[in-house]
Amino acid sequence: MSAPSQNLGAPSSRGFIALKWARIGKVARAIVSTHHRNIGFGYLTISTIAVILGTLLSWAMRVHLSWPDWQLPLHGPILPEEYLALVTMHGTLMLFFVLTVAPQSGFGNLILPAQLGARRMAFPRLNAIAMWTTAGALVVLLVAFFVPQGAPISGWTAYPPLSASALAGPGEGLGQDLWLFSLALFCIGGTISAVNLLTTIVKLRCDGMTWPRVPLTVWGWLTAALLSVMAFSVLLAALLLLFCDRHLGSSFFLPRGDFINSVLLPHRGSGSPLLWLHLFWFFGHPEVYIAILPGMGLTSMVIGNFAHRRVFAYRLMIVTTLLIGFLGILVWGHHMFVAGMNPFAGTAFAAASMAIAIPATAKVLSWIATAWRSRPSLTTPMLFALGFVSLFIAGGLTGPILAQPILDEYLHNTFFVVAHFHLIMAMAGIFGLYCATYYWFPLLAHGRILSERLGKWHFWLTLILAYTTFLPMYLGGLAGEPRHYSRLTGLNAPAQALLGSTQMIQLHITGAGIALGLAQLLFFINLILTLRSPRRAGPNPWFATTMEWAPHTFDEPTEPSKDLPALATFRGPCHYSEDGASFLPQWEPPPQQPASEGE
Amino acid sequence: MPTILTPPEIRRPRRPDRDRVGEGDNGSGRRPPTDKRTGGNGDGDNWGDSPQGRHGPRERLSRARIGLFFALGGDMMFFVALISVFFVAKSSGHFDAYSRYINDWLPTSIPSILWLNTAVLLVSSVTAEAARRSMFREQDLMDEWIGLGRPISRRAALWLSTTLLLGSLFLAGQWVAWDQLAAQHVFFDSNASSHFFYLLTVTHAVHLFLGIAALVAALVMLARCRQLAKRQVAVDATVWYWHVMGILWVFLFILLEFCQ
Amino acid sequence: MPSTQAIPAALRFWHLPVDAAKHGHALDAQLLLNLWIALALVALAHVLLFGTLASRRRTHRPVHKFTLEYLPLAAFAALFIFLSVRAHSLWAMQRYVGAAPDALQVEVTGMQFAWYFRYPGADETFGRTQPQLVSPAEGNPVGIDPNDTHGKDDIVRSQLVLPAGREVDLTLRAIDVIHGFSVPEMRLKQNAVPGQTQHLHFTPQTPGDYAILCTQVCGLGHYRMQALLRVLPAAQFDAWLHQQEQQAAQQPGDPQ
Ligand code: HEA
Ligand code: HEA
Ligand code: CUA
Ligand SMILES: [Cu+2]
Repeated sequence: MSAPSQNLGAPSSRGFIALKWARIGKVARAIVSTHHRNIGFGYLTISTIAVILGTLLSWAMRVHLSWPDWQLPLHGPILPEEYLALVTMHGTLMLFFVLTVAPQSGFGNLILPAQLGARRMAFPRLNAIAMWTTAGALVVLLVAFFVPQGAPISGWTAYPPLSASALAGPGEGLGQDLWLFSLALFCIGGTISAVNLLTTIVKLRCDGMTWPRVPLTVWGWLTAALLSVMAFSVLLAALLLLFCDRHLGSSFFLPRGDFINSVLLPHRGSGSPLLWLHLFWFFGHPEVYIAILPGMGLTSMVIGNFAHRRVFAYRLMIVTTLLIGFLGILVWGHHMFVAGMNPFAGTAFAAASMAIAIPATAKVLSWIATAWRSRPSLTTPMLFALGFVSLFIAGGLTGPILAQPILDEYLHNTFFVVAHFHLIMAMAGIFGLYCATYYWFPLLAHGRILSERLGKWHFWLTLILAYTTFLPMYLGGLAGEPRHYSRLTGLNAPAQALLGSTQMIQLHITGAGIALGLAQLLFFINLILTLRSPRRAGPNPWFATTMEWAPHTFDEPTEPSKDLPALATFRGPCHYSEDGASFLPQWEPPPQQPASEGE
Repeated sequence: MPTILTPPEIRRPRRPDRDRVGEGDNGSGRRPPTDKRTGGNGDGDNWGDSPQGRHGPRERLSRARIGLFFALGGDMMFFVALISVFFVAKSSGHFDAYSRYINDWLPTSIPSILWLNTAVLLVSSVTAEAARRSMFREQDLMDEWIGLGRPISRRAALWLSTTLLLGSLFLAGQWVAWDQLAAQHVFFDSNASSHFFYLLTVTHAVHLFLGIAALVAALVMLARCRQLAKRQVAVDATVWYWHVMGILWVFLFILLEFCQ
Repeated sequence: MPSTQAIPAALRFWHLPVDAAKHGHALDAQLLLNLWIALALVALAHVLLFGTLASRRRTHRPVHKFTLEYLPLAAFAALFIFLSVRAHSLWAMQRYVGAAPDALQVEVTGMQFAWYFRYPGADETFGRTQPQLVSPAEGNPVGIDPNDTHGKDDIVRSQLVLPAGREVDLTLRAIDVIHGFSVPEMRLKQNAVPGQTQHLHFTPQTPGDYAILCTQVCGLGHYRMQALLRVLPAAQFDAWLHQQEQQAAQQPGDPQ
């Protein structure tokens, strides 16, 4: 995803060498650069690597689930512990290094300053440090595959005592340590980048960019950054404590007289595994909203953009964004209804979780109301935004079901949950990413637009396959199939009778899941073809109203220089005339005769 | 005129027509908005009546402070997590073989040298504040601006080095405390409360270490950096960080001394 | 003896297994209600979404916020509250109160990667356990302390046998790591956490064999950590228990 330097015609051999050097120099400069665009691309590179690996892992998981004796090329059969390692790494890669990095840090760096009319970010150096810390975290995580006994098997939630003692199973030695270290690095990087984002939003908004005029995307980034600052610190503390338990002989999460693998852990204080659950989920739930809030904001703006309307109930959208962020801090217990928590606490967390469904619903209503009967121009970004809404509903509506303790008692840790979060987090999140990529591509690739035709194919294929992959998981879960089961064969008779029915479902999911992954090739093909083609779209091809589309926002020397014209904002986003024919962008100075429209 | 006369918290600029501009405003024909709700940053700088431009040093100062504020907010969450674990562990027990409930929390006796350390740290906070104040003394600002040497740096450097000294003293004191405990065979893994004593003191010590690094950096800037504003920002941020770490320590100390 | 019970159509539509516990029917009713509502809403929402794609006419920004945003929002809020209240009453019924004093006491112990079930035996009290004594190989999988007389008559089995129609009070323990005790056909799930004991009470109704699954990832054997729950008619159960106590008299609690 580096800025391309083709389309120079066929250079002479000497020229070619020169070009080569130029390119190398360019890469070198990009590496040491502290400019937010290079950093943003760095983040996107990280998450692209992560998403490709995560997808490959998920394929291995799927194939193993359907054909347990299948031989992984160059590896042989997948052992149960290896399956768990795959799941753990898949979850960690996808949730942390894709859905936390790309929307928040990646596009946050690429677009956020421009949307505020700022030419730089608050702390460029810190920003670069954060990016490289995150890259380091990814490397450390991947090393876990290659250490003796391999990657951790305790899932991305790493519940102790399983994660607290090397005795508990393969991968719980060095592998788990690397996982801890990687996430610790990730926490530090994430916090720094969030601080940079927050300061930029608070301090660097251009003239006239008052709070009510700030685009909803920025509100999403703002809320996510606030959550990051809170949640990652708590996770860091939890990781530190777990590390002490593993290596320094403490027992924050270890009960007295824990007897693992016929070894009695040395006598210590009386810790409790539940403590980890509380700390982890206090981080974990905000984390999943960090993953989705930027997507929500972008969806709102994109729908408003292509419906040529002001986002319906704009103020309410701001409020609900903040409200979701706030409530997101209070609902962590809904992951622990049957984990040994006091049932009264369960009720309280259930109430909070139900409460959070209300702002979410408000958002859905507002999205639909904005697009409704607006004869939207159905470009690829718009389609992905609407797809986001669809997936958010299909995955979100099961949230309130899971939030009822008595139902969660049946559904907890079944594939019903897996379906829930793949639809609302994985797929909706990925749709948010694609929406961002298709929408902002002209800004990122010097005015090129991704092919609409390929894009539409990509969209419909991905949407349909996403549903065919993950909807059946609901049924598998309702049939009682638990998560983290490396195979469904060789169970005792009643279990066979119970889970036998899910075999077919699993087979179907495997097929669809692989197809879903393959469908993504269309995107990368589109990417390459477009980057090669010299065709350029004009400025502001989508008739967008937000600041990042203002002329000369992006075609500037990568080193911020003072003499560029200062940007100014004159109105809130999405000012379209009632018939949607004409619009007033935020950067356009007021016309002489008042053309009063808007809310 | 010198760049900064007074830090913003001492004299706030007037903020005209707060609530003129709202969502409904589509800027049609009106005078460009000078709504000040956007927190001291640019808006209206070019036409509003705020004294300095966006890249003005006051702006840079408050930017650094905001960043520090958020960073420390996160850092405090880190300690809040540790402390809540402390209280949970303290109150939790277990059932023994005879199903009797045992709470085996035996408080670690805190070495009395911590009192001394605390005092040292508090004093260091005072000297740090003195350094910070001296960065904004109009007298010296004028002198430097006219070109009479760099009185600001000299005075501030003095105070900062004192702070540095006291800070290192504090760390040394902590080391002594750990030594004393070790002499009594109280180690990190001895019991539940000793976990926390070491956990909290060490994590705080690490933070102070960063603080000391920041002090050194600030001193270097005072010596090297020509731009007055940069020096002011460096000292100001460092000192605020130092203050917070001091206050945090007082909390931790009370926790360890009285709440075990 | 597999349970021969016809599955209602609604359950079959949603792939739900038979439910064989007393509280199961109410739970299913709530679950099905939720599922139907969710299905209806998803359908409705997609009708609206495709409507926006299809409709080629642009209407002026329609009716104002109240009817389009706040009214539906209030409806949804009411819906969510209604569901929560219903769910809460069931939850309270199951979890807020303990088991009846005359409930059958059984202790469930999870360890990598097996479940063990202990009956208190004739004296109706469980013997003391010590973690360091745990050793399935020596026939003492839950670590009963030999010099506690209560332990002498304890019966430890690797499958859970229960009477139909009598309330059961399970005491969940874990030796090493967290395990998830789950019986889908009984609509039961509760994690067993090392260092603490969880109580779970329910009333099995339909005799039959049911699967006990571990639903919390607990290591490489997680997927094969299953046991069998056999629900017997009351009379048969008493006979079985009596016979077990005979055996236990000879050689104290070793599983089979
Ligand atoms: C972002 C999150 C994310 C994503 C995208 C996915 C994608 C997929 N996941 Fe995964 N999954 C998780 C998060 C995610 N998952 C988590 C958190 C867990 C729990 C782990 C645990 O229990 O510890 C899990 C667990 C999990 C399980 C449960 C295993 C078990 O418990 O036994 C399964 C089983 O089928 C599965 C399958 C899949 C499949 C087939 C896909 C397919 O959809 C893969 C196809 C890939 C794509 C459609 C993405 C392509 C996107 C791009 C290429 C974007 C690039 C663009 C830019 C970067 C701008 N996942
Ligand atoms: C982006 C990520 C994301 C999001 C947004 C959500 C959203 C929600 N989640 Fe989810 N959740 C996860 C990611 C996410 N979740 C993950 C990763 C897990 C598993 C973790 C693990 O164990 O590995 C999980 C697990 C999980 C559980 C625990 C399940 C279990 O382990 O037993 C619960 C329980 O309450 C829950 C609840 C909710 C709720 C109430 C919402 C609410 O916010 C949902 C709000 C949305 C709606 C309510 C839909 C609104 C739409 C309508 C109302 C339709 C409107 C209709 C018309 C207009 C016609 N989630
Ligand atoms: Cu025991 Cu999973
Ligand atoms: Cu959650």
